[in-house]
Amino acid sequence: MIFYRLVLLTLERTGTAMTLTTMLAWIANQFGGRTAIHCRTVDGRIGAAEQRRSCLTPFRLLAACLLSLSFSTPSGQVSAADVQKIPIAYLVQVVERPPKLSNLDLPPDNEGLAGGQLSIKDNNTTGRFMGQEFSLKHVEVPTDGDSLAAFDSLLAEGIQHFVLNVPADALLQMADRAKGKDVLLFNAGAMDDRLRSADCRANVLHIVPSRAMLADALAQFLAWKRWRNWFLVVGRRDGDVLFGEALKRAAKRFGGKIVEEKRWDYGPDARRTAQAEVPAFTQDAEYDVLVVADEIGEFGEYLAYRTWDPQVIVGTQGLTPTTWHRTHEQWGAAQLQSRFLKANGRFMLPLDYHVWAAIRTIGEGATRSQSAAFADVEGYIRSADFELGGFKGQKLTFRKWNGQLRQPILLTAARALVSTSPQQGFLHERSLLDTMGLDEPESKCRFE
Amino acid sequence: MRKTIKFLTAAAFAGSFGVVTAAPAYTVYVSNEKDNTVSIIDSTSLEVTDTIDVGQRPRGILLTKDGKHLLICASDDDTVQVFDVKTKQLVKELPSGPDPELFVLHPSGNPLYIANEDDNLVTVVDIAADKVLAEIPVGVEPEGMGISPDGKVLVNTSETTNMAHFIDTETNEIFDNILVDSRPRYAEFNDAGDKLWVTSEIGGTVAVIDAKTRKIITKISFDIPGVQPEAIQPVGLRVTKDGKRAFVALGPSNRVAVINGESHEVEKYLLVGQRVWQLAFTPDEKLLFTSNGVSNDISVIDVGKLRVVKSIGVGRFPWGIAISNE
Repeated sequence: MIFYRLVLLTLERTGTAMTLTTMLAWIANQFGGRTAIHCRTVDGRIGAAEQRRSCLTPFRLLAACLLSLSFSTPSGQVSAADVQKIPIAYLVQVVERPPKLSNLDLPPDNEGLAGGQLSIKDNNTTGRFMGQEFSLKHVEVPTDGDSLAAFDSLLAEGIQHFVLNVPADALLQMADRAKGKDVLLFNAGAMDDRLRSADCRANVLHIVPSRAMLADALAQFLAWKRWRNWFLVVGRRDGDVLFGEALKRAAKRFGGKIVEEKRWDYGPDARRTAQAEVPAFTQDAEYDVLVVADEIGEFGEYLAYRTWDPQVIVGTQGLTPTTWHRTHEQWGAAQLQSRFLKANGRFMLPLDYHVWAAIRTIGEGATRSQSAAFADVEGYIRSADFELGGFKGQKLTFRKWNGQLRQPILLTAARALVSTSPQQGFLHERSLLDTMGLDEPESKCRFE
Repeated sequence: MRKTIKFLTAAAFAGSFGVVTAAPAYTVYVSNEKDNTVSIIDSTSLEVTDTIDVGQRPRGILLTKDGKHLLICASDDDTVQVFDVKTKQLVKELPSGPDPELFVLHPSGNPLYIANEDDNLVTVVDIAADKVLAEIPVGVEPEGMGISPDGKVLVNTSETTNMAHFIDTETNEIFDNILVDSRPRYAEFNDAGDKLWVTSEIGGTVAVIDAKTRKIITKISFDIPGVQPEAIQPVGLRVTKDGKRAFVALGPSNRVAVINGESHEVEKYLLVGQRVWQLAFTPDEKLLFTSNGVSNDISVIDVGKLRVVKSIGVGRFPWGIAISNE
């Protein structure tokens, strides 16, 4: 009965008879919101709602079987028996999120994972033509859980490609554990500069930009604006201090001057007190721009409109450097945004983009080398031929000296994209993108 | 001194216009992506004669083989609009599938093959019966559409999958896939049908593919003194009827590359407006029009002299160009 209705619907929709393959694909899509091939491969450990969507009902199983049958016909596609499988793990250590009173946007449960799932779907659309099938295993370790043990058990399962969203220390442990093995790690979450410098590891590629890259992207724009005198406000958390250091380095590189530096130490909730505190906090200083380092958003949002003089706010609040934002639509980004929005009912966030880009990198490695063998995939990713289309207006590549992905950085306000760095006029012998982040002579990274 | 320059400029203009006035009058249609309009330009006066309102986010644009109708991909309206060229009125809308971006007509004039960017599909539409004949699943973000002169092979490029998909137009099935460089945007067969040209925007290259063996003959790279390699982004491409030259729009480098059709060497770079996107010849191939998305104008190239002779202001974000046969 359901089948009959669906067929009728299909006919109404197109006003004609579709081919059997198309019709089945469409039906499978109506049920799963994704192709049947994808449904079979997503791991079940991802929450009840996701489980429901990704498990196969008998009907969808039938559709999937018929679909794979029809794909094995001679149409540039490959039969199921010859399919090369590329399993990928996405390992997350949940970080305790302290109450962020100034942040009204609750992080979605599938932040990061949703980007990974879309990327798997993108890879599998290509994989259909190449005889390759990508799958994602998502493992989430609680804040006090043993992420290294989770990593070990994924290693024991034979997984070779890992996308990691774990703190820097855990990432280093995993990299050392995987040393000498055919394993490649993608860092999607740790921005620490030290991972691209003294604490670098040869088996880690960094998709997420370092704090230095973000600070440089911002500093270039401030230099272009000739806002040279900075009032730096640093929060009380470790990350804030690290970003503050990156900002100071960026000021030096691009001709900014820190004329005033203060630590915000008024506790986490500034809602009732900001009007009294911020004017005095910013009084008696001559500066062009207030630069904020407040990564989790404890107080930064409350600085605007309350400074002693009318001032522009930049940094972690106000005008913000980031990899991805809902205001970004240039260079085909509108297409990735709309695909993501359609699949998840929300906008793509930076972490979603990082996981997406990591898995697309693996996809490029497998597609271009036409192989699922680790040496071929990794070899291509590390070769001079590698290029990733990342909706940033130019190809994204990896720095040889520390494994960092080169990428343009967006500078965005809450509801409008302001600019994209690198800014015009900052030159580099190799790539303009290398004007941001730790350049080869600066980085202390030496791969063994 | 200044007078001399003025005189020379005037002479140069008079010279180029001399050639232009001798040419037959064609009508040039330009879709303005952000204005939701089409600018109409007269190819003899090189002036905008009219601007008509069309659907939202017009991109791909072409004329039917009989020259009577103008077809426009109204991407944000999820439809292909059909305008009568005489009355400039909307006649009908074709079922196109979601987000149509670029399309190509079968050499016989029907059906129409549409790339649906958001849905990884190529939709085949009978434009006489207003019917979808087939939907062909392709790679991620299909865009470029080329059809062989005999109409037997349709090629679609997918921007994120980075492939040229070869489709048999009789069965509407893919029979081969060729990997090309990042973000393939445009595909065009030469008139002899033995070569297929595919541009890769992010890869910065043009692949010339043997249409029979479906092997890449060569990959053309570009090098413009004083221009950052990242800014060289090949998009639109046109080949002359005799196959001797190809012209490639190089996006934000603001250049059109002139390529020898036989040796595949770059002969010249022509400076045009900003972010040059698509190209179209007049039927006599004396003029080539380029759409320049950021400077909001059209550059007119004298094909014989390989010189830019005029820019014409149009609407915001000019995207596609179609030129009448008479």
